[in-house]
This record gives sequence, C-alpha cells and structure tokens, in this order.
Amino acid sequence: MNRLFQWFDARLPISSFWNAHLAQYYVPKNFNIWYFFGSLALTVFVIQIVSGIWLTMNYKPSAAEAFASVEYIMRDVEWGWLIRYMHSTGASAFFIVIYLHMMRGLMYGSYKNPRELIWIFGMLIYVVLMAEAFMGYLLPWGQMSYWGAQVIISLFGAIPFVGPDLALWIRGDYVVGDATLNRFFALHVIALPLILLFLIGGHIMALHEVGSNNPEGIDIKKHKDANGKPLDGVAFHPYYTVKDLVGVAVFLFFFAIVVFYMPEMGGYFLEKPNFIPANPMQTPEHIAPVWYFTPFYAILRAVPDKFLGVMAMGGAIFVLFLLPWLDRNPVKSIRYRSNTFKALLAMFVISFIVLGWLGMQPVTPLLTFMAQFFTILYFGYFVALWWMSKNEKTKPVPERITR
Amino acid sequence: MSEQTVASPSVDEPGVDLRRRRFLTGAATVVGGAGVAAALVPFLSYWQPSAKTRAAGAPVEVDIGKLAEGQMMTVEWRGMPIYILRRTGSSVAELAALDGGLRDPQSEVDQQPAYAQNAYRSRTPEVFVAVGICTHLGCAPTFRPDVAPADLGAEWKGGFFCPCHGSRFDLAGRVFKGVPAPTNLLVPPYAFLSETRLIIGSDVEDKA
Amino acid sequence: MSTLKNRAIWGAISAACLALFAMLASPVHAAGGHVAGLVKAEIDLGDTASLQRGAQIFVDRCLSCHSANLMRYNRIGQDLGLSDEEVKARLIRGAEVKIGSTMQSTMPAALAKTAFGVVPPDLSLTARARGSDWLYSYLRAFYVDPARPLGVNNLVFKDVGMPNVFWREQGEQVLSKDAHGVEALSLAKPGSMSPAEFDGMIGDLVGFMTYMAEPAVLQRKSLGFWVLGFLAALFVLLFLLKQEYWRDIKK
Repeated sequence: MNRLFQWFDARLPISSFWNAHLAQYYVPKNFNIWYFFGSLALTVFVIQIVSGIWLTMNYKPSAAEAFASVEYIMRDVEWGWLIRYMHSTGASAFFIVIYLHMMRGLMYGSYKNPRELIWIFGMLIYVVLMAEAFMGYLLPWGQMSYWGAQVIISLFGAIPFVGPDLALWIRGDYVVGDATLNRFFALHVIALPLILLFLIGGHIMALHEVGSNNPEGIDIKKHKDANGKPLDGVAFHPYYTVKDLVGVAVFLFFFAIVVFYMPEMGGYFLEKPNFIPANPMQTPEHIAPVWYFTPFYAILRAVPDKFLGVMAMGGAIFVLFLLPWLDRNPVKSIRYRSNTFKALLAMFVISFIVLGWLGMQPVTPLLTFMAQFFTILYFGYFVALWWMSKNEKTKPVPERITR
Repeated sequence: MSEQTVASPSVDEPGVDLRRRRFLTGAATVVGGAGVAAALVPFLSYWQPSAKTRAAGAPVEVDIGKLAEGQMMTVEWRGMPIYILRRTGSSVAELAALDGGLRDPQSEVDQQPAYAQNAYRSRTPEVFVAVGICTHLGCAPTFRPDVAPADLGAEWKGGFFCPCHGSRFDLAGRVFKGVPAPTNLLVPPYAFLSETRLIIGSDVEDKA
Repeated sequence: MSTLKNRAIWGAISAACLALFAMLASPVHAAGGHVAGLVKAEIDLGDTASLQRGAQIFVDRCLSCHSANLMRYNRIGQDLGLSDEEVKARLIRGAEVKIGSTMQSTMPAALAKTAFGVVPPDLSLTARARGSDWLYSYLRAFYVDPARPLGVNNLVFKDVGMPNVFWREQGEQVLSKDAHGVEALSLAKPGSMSPAEFDGMIGDLVGFMTYMAEPAVLQRKSLGFWVLGFLAALFVLLFLLKQEYWRDIKK
C-alpha cells in the first residue's frame, strides 16, 4: 500500500499538494464563528453540483414538459422530492452563506492589501452565482420563473441603442419561451458551474498564496519560529479540518430542518405562484424576485427612470468590486477601527436588509420613498468610507495574536 | 493520511491523550461514513423505475381468441416484445424428440415461473408465452414455423431463429446446443383470465 | 480585551438578525396580497382517517369536473394505508381505469368549457399554489347571488365560475354588509349538515388536497426526525474531536 502510494507520489504532486494546502498550510489560530462560512460555501457548492446532476437525469428542458417533469421528480421518481428540495434549499442556503462570508470580509477588512485579488475573485463568484441562480429559477417553468425571467431580461432592454435587440438575442424569442428555457438550462448546468469551479479555484489559490486574515487583522507571517512556521498559526489539517467539520454538521442540521420541515420556507425559498405552470397570457398579481435578489431589485425600483434604475442596480454590485481601494485605511479589523467606521458598517448592513425587505413588497409611495432613502444610504457607505478612511483615528494594532 | 505527516505543534506534550484522540477520530469516521452511506441510498434509488414507469409496466391483458393454431402474435409488455404462440398438437408432441440436441431440455435454469417448468414450458401445452429477446445479446428472434427450410437445415422442426448471431430455439423457446445463446428464452409471469384472455405480467389466474 | 465592544457588535448583529426575522415573518408578501379574511384550516396530515375521507369526497365531488393529473391512485393507497383492492372499490370509477393511472376528470374538457365558460383547472397543486387556508375559506364562502349565471358568487374568489357543489350539505348563505361596509356571510337556509359537520367535511377535503399537492409530505416529515437526530449525534462527536485536537493549541 505504501509502495503504491510512493509510486503515485513520484508521478503526481500528492503529498506536496497535501502539505502545501493542508498539513503545512498555516492559518491564524484565532478564527471565530465568521470564519466557518468559507468551508460552508464549498459544502453547499458540492451539494448543489451533486443534487443538480441528479435532477438533470429526469428534468426536461422544454416549455411543454419542464413543469410536469419537475412534478414528476417530486412525485414519481424514487426520492426525487428529497433531491429536489436539497437543490432548491441549497440555492437559498448558498446566498445566506455567501452573504455572511462577505460580511466577515467587510468586518475584518479581508479585502485589503494583500488580499484584493481574493476579494475580486469572490465578487466574480458572487456575480456568476447570481446568474446561475437566476437561470436555475427559470427551469421549473412556473409563473414566478416565467415572469421573473421576463422582467429581468427586459432590464437589458434599457441599455441605449442596443437594448431591445440584446434582450431579443438573450431570449431567442419575442417573449421568454422554449428557446430561452433551453439555453438557460445549458448555461445553468454546464457553463456557469464550470466558470464557478475555476473562480473558486482562483479564490482559494489566491488565498493560500498570501494566507488568511483573522479577526485581529494581524499578519501572522511577521513572527515565525526557527522552522519558519508562524508562531500564531496552526496547521490547517488537522486543526481546522476538525473545526470546519463541526461547522458543517451544524450547517447540515439547519439545512435538514428546512429540507424536511419547511422546504417552501413560508414562500421565500419556493414561491407559491411557482406551483402554477407558466402562463404567458397572465401575470401574477404581485411578482417579486427570490429573496436574495431583492436588495438590488429595490434599488432598481427606487429610481424613477428605467435606464438609470438599471445603472443604479448594476452600480450597487459594481461598487463592491472597488471596495479594496475605497477603504484607504490600512487597519483591517473592525476591532481597531473608529466608531465612525462601525456606525457606517452598521448603516450599510441595515440598508441592505431593509432594501431586501422592500424589494419583496408591492409598490406604494411610502415604500418607494423608503427605498430611495436606503439606496442613498447604501451608496453613501462607499462614499463616506472613502472620505473618512484616509484620516481615520484607529486604535493601535497589537503585534501578536493574544486573544 | 498518516499521522506522521501531521505537523501538530505539541503532540508529545503531557496531557495529550492519544488514545482518546484515536478513539474519537475512529468514531467520527465510522458515524460520518455511515451518514454518507445513508445519504447514498436516495441517490442510488433515484435510478430505479419510477412510479410512472411501473404504472406503464403494469400487466397487460391480451385477447387470444383469434389466434389460430400455428400462429404467433406479439404484444408489448414493459417495452419488451412478448411472443404468444398457439402450437399445434403435433408440434407439442415433437418437442420431446429434440431433447438430445438442447442445452437445457428440462428447463433447469431459472428462466420461467414454476408453473412453466415442464416439458412444453407453459401453463397449457398449446399456448406458449415468452419474452421475444434473445438470451445472447438482446436481439428479437424471428419466428420460423416452417419445417426444414433451406437456410436452417433439414433438422429444423420450427422454432425461433435469432438473425443477429444465429442462435436457435425450439417451439418451447429451448436453446439448441452449439449456438451463442446460453439459456432458454425467458417466460414472463402470465395467467389465463378465461379461455381466450391472457394477462401478461401477473401470476394471478382468477382475476376479476 | 475589549469584550464589551465585542458584545456591542454582537448585540447589533443579533438585533439586525431579529429585525430580519420579524420582516420575514410579516405576512404581507407570503400570501401575495390579500390574506385578509382567510380562515385557518385546521389540518392534521397525521390523521389518516381524515385524509381517507377527504380522498373519498374528492373523488365523489371534485373529480366529476376537475382532474388531478399528477396524482396516481395507487400512491394514495400506499400513503393513506389502503390496499389496491380498497382503492379500486372506493376511489376508482370506470373499469378501464388502472390502479397506477393518474386521476382524470370524468367530464370531457370541451363539455366543461361550454358548461362553465372555462375548463375547470387541474387540482393537483392547488393547495400549494393557493394555500390550504385559502382553499378552506373559499369552499365555505359561496353565497346566493342572482346576478351570476349559476346563481352563486364567492366571497374569497369573486365571480368564480364554479357552482357551490356542497349546497345540499351547507345550505344557502347570503351576503350582508354592516354599517362600515364589512362583508359577512350568514346561513339563510340550513343544509343537511350542521355548520360544524360541514366545516369538518371541508377540513377533510382540504387535508387531502394538501397531501395531494405534495404526496412526499408524510415521508418527508417522518424521515426528518431521524436525519436531525443523526446530525445531532454527529455534531456531538465532531465537537468532542475538535476539542480534543485543539487542546494542543495554547491560547
């Protein structure tokens, strides 16, 4: 057995890979609960890939058959319901985990020098994930699938000059139709997951090149022992593998609660109108995107001009890419930053959540006003951060990790 | 991975209970492995025939009232061709004479329900029911009732001939020696609902 | 150690989470607009006898015009504890209908269209698309309205094309408005059932339709218990394992 391993190891970088990324990859010893969400995101990714492959075995990507084939999986295929609920719950779980993962980055300054590229990779993953989720949502071919896609694709129509032609090109039909469903299926099951896989690889490679940040925002590579091992670091394996497994068990527990006891999550994970087959002749009374898109949807609706609304929505995502350069303060962790920064971050998080809620509500003048107010706060965060971070009064950052 | 490659900073320190550590690692591996195995069940069962497939594969009823002596009809059951043949009295009588040239004349291989494990491989001597799929590689054998045709030779007393690889079966679906097919043709579960009505896929005779 | 500050941050985070949950819990979105006036359907999917009665009512009263073409008869039997023979005797109408068939309407679609103006919708998923409470309220909310072609209207689904198929049991309801314009229904002519009996019957029917909208629901809930139990045990083991390894790390 050992000789067989030696044979392979001489021909494949097995042990060197193991050591470089796990056994001799040193990670700060002071990770808190916020640091679980990276490995959890990977867990959800695996769940989605596996359950997704199984769903394609019985799903029919055609307008005539799609809705019935999903119900076929739910009813006639052995255990089909479980695999479908894993996938639908996994979609929402992915965004919950990713949002918390990003929140960690915002709090502890994980996007800052030298980790800008990790953040950029992460943002690309987020954008591709949104495309992946959007296209996946069309596949059940229910009323919400259909009209959600119709509305979102129409956004492209707002682009000057080429807009209408672009929207037509995306759909391949005058409205969302069979051609749209079929190409979204191809992108959802093959193209975008492949891109995601590469981006996740880049994200992790970039991370392992510079090493992890930590809640203190201290660089552990500054203090090493005689062997070159960081004094405040511990080997990823076994210490963080066993710790992350605890996180996975807790995550799976909550995941299973949803899958087995509340797969619709009160209409947030599976919307009621999506149990009615798509009908191009009749729009549901109230359409809202799935919850993870609603903050941006609220920003879109807050702007009373179609083109500017689309720009604001796109800008709300794009501005996050710039974060490493907008935040000009070298201190990473929120623990050593000013109260102004803490207040600003709290404001940003609250605006994001309130915008998310607003994006689910029917339009009323009061709610539109609220959406405009919180849209300004959302963008205000980035502007204020750029202004105040240059001359921010921060606390001294310790040399070593002591807590 | 082996314990040696693990760079733990202070395993040799007093206070580290290696036995407890090994026990917990083993227990977590076993329980986690059991969880993974259990999680595999839905994914493997997913490939089983669905309720729709099983409903489509339900027993089919066949009217054989118009099937004349020496004639064969084909019906579909579970997507497979089912041959129903009404043998003549003389051809049934000739079956025993072929035993010497057959691979399994007494139908000892489990290729038929118990009630068809007899000299003529059927519930009644005349009506023969079999799955029309060659036991070699799955082609559909052709029904050749003609006696001693030029292509099959003077010994041919009527039977089934597979055009793909030349396997030969007699009128009871029994395979001859020296052909690629290993076993006799499969007899599906079937029953008589009346003199002229057959049910394929069910053993129950007195069905309403 | 600025644990106090940490606490402040955690406090803010928990407050934000609470606020999020409060918003999620608000019913405005979930029902898509008009929940007002819906009565909660008291459904117990563990009550097999009730589901069996509901299946009987569904077959006897709904299937003459509607279909449930995603639901197989034998699946009902398997889930609700009926043998194939019992399903055939009680639920299947027509000798040519097989035990594994889906539930088709006995009325041709074209005939239904001329009778009601629309083809009666398939009911397989109605309880999921509309909600059990909606169904329960709707089926009890018919009232006499001579202005409508069939002589009845519905308080939950205005100007619906469906007649009140339970008028014999329920009796006739009439609509009244109080001084504030609040609409209410009252029984003008009693039916063969008391209101409590009638509500029980509709409850059975809605229970069955809720099951039918997701036949896996029974299996899902019973399996969930074991999965959660297993994951809890796994958590304990992994937590002990993690604690054991982390003894190495000096604080």
